[in-house]
Amino acid sequence: MATKEVQVKGDKNGGTRLIPTSKAPRFYPAEDVRQPKKSRKSPKPTHLRQSITPGTVVILLAGRFRGKRVVFLKQLESGLLLVTGPYKVNGVPLRRVNQAYVIATSTKVDLGDFSVDEKFNDAYFAKSKAKGANSAEEEFFEEGKPKAKEAFPESKAADQKAIDQAIIESVKKVNNLSKYLKASWGLSKGQFPHAMVF
Amino acid sequence: MPDQPSVFKRFVEVGRVVLLNSGPHAGSVAVIAEIIDHNRAIIDGPLTGVPRQSFPYRHLTLTPLVLTKLPRGAGTGVIRKQLEKEATLDKWAKSSWAQKRAAVETRRKLSDFDRFNVMVLKKSRRDAVRKSVKKSA
Repeated sequence: MATKEVQVKGDKNGGTRLIPTSKAPRFYPAEDVRQPKKSRKSPKPTHLRQSITPGTVVILLAGRFRGKRVVFLKQLESGLLLVTGPYKVNGVPLRRVNQAYVIATSTKVDLGDFSVDEKFNDAYFAKSKAKGANSAEEEFFEEGKPKAKEAFPESKAADQKAIDQAIIESVKKVNNLSKYLKASWGLSKGQFPHAMVF
Repeated sequence: MPDQPSVFKRFVEVGRVVLLNSGPHAGSVAVIAEIIDHNRAIIDGPLTGVPRQSFPYRHLTLTPLVLTKLPRGAGTGVIRKQLEKEATLDKWAKSSWAQKRAAVETRRKLSDFDRFNVMVLKKSRRDAVRKSVKKSA
């Protein structure tokens, strides 16, 4: 146990004394509680599917944009995929998606030497903390009224534009590719995704 | 009873070109070299990569093509020579059956983007047809 030396006042007290840095608890549990084992394993970085490389067109299968074909940009620290519609083409903004809910196609958008800024990390997409809790009274009287919508931050809109510009340029070079990204994907009768080539 | 000609046209016979429906060589054609019994035959496809083997009839389909006068139990070399001489594989590739199979195969291998392109082209063809029909009517 860690101890520290403290000055003790009074002539007959020896001047200094060793005391433990943390006080011993006043009560002990009646029964022994097992300490959970400490894990020495560290989480592995998420494995990116081989079929997904920057520029790959992926099909979103879940969430608000399911059925959309979007362009993969990079994998984030958390293992999520950073994708963009591009927003101008099919309305899908810069967005994080889980690769489990995605079909990778063999179609690639040639991104050339375009690289995504480092600032697009998980923190960029994190929800901002709710500002100043509204008083309960205010909320009570506001009930029923639709909440005022917050404007989309201008800096993010500019980021979206900057990224999309480069991508749209290369999309335009391939015939029908922009149309393809704009169209949504679906299965019809007799189509089984496990038996299809993408 | 008068001897009537058979109504059947394709027979299990030595020299019959067959299409394999299962196994590692499914989809390729081979030639019957010898008939083992009423279940199996020895087949051989020296030009299609099918090694000589016994093969059950229920896993193959008879094609209208036959090698003329192939001797019973002919070896791989003889079959290869006769296939080349009669250009049987060319005949097979030109048949509408084989062409249809090839078309299905290409369609199946299309990527999602390719399928989209096919859809777009079909749409434009439909549009052109519809317009010209309307014009002529």
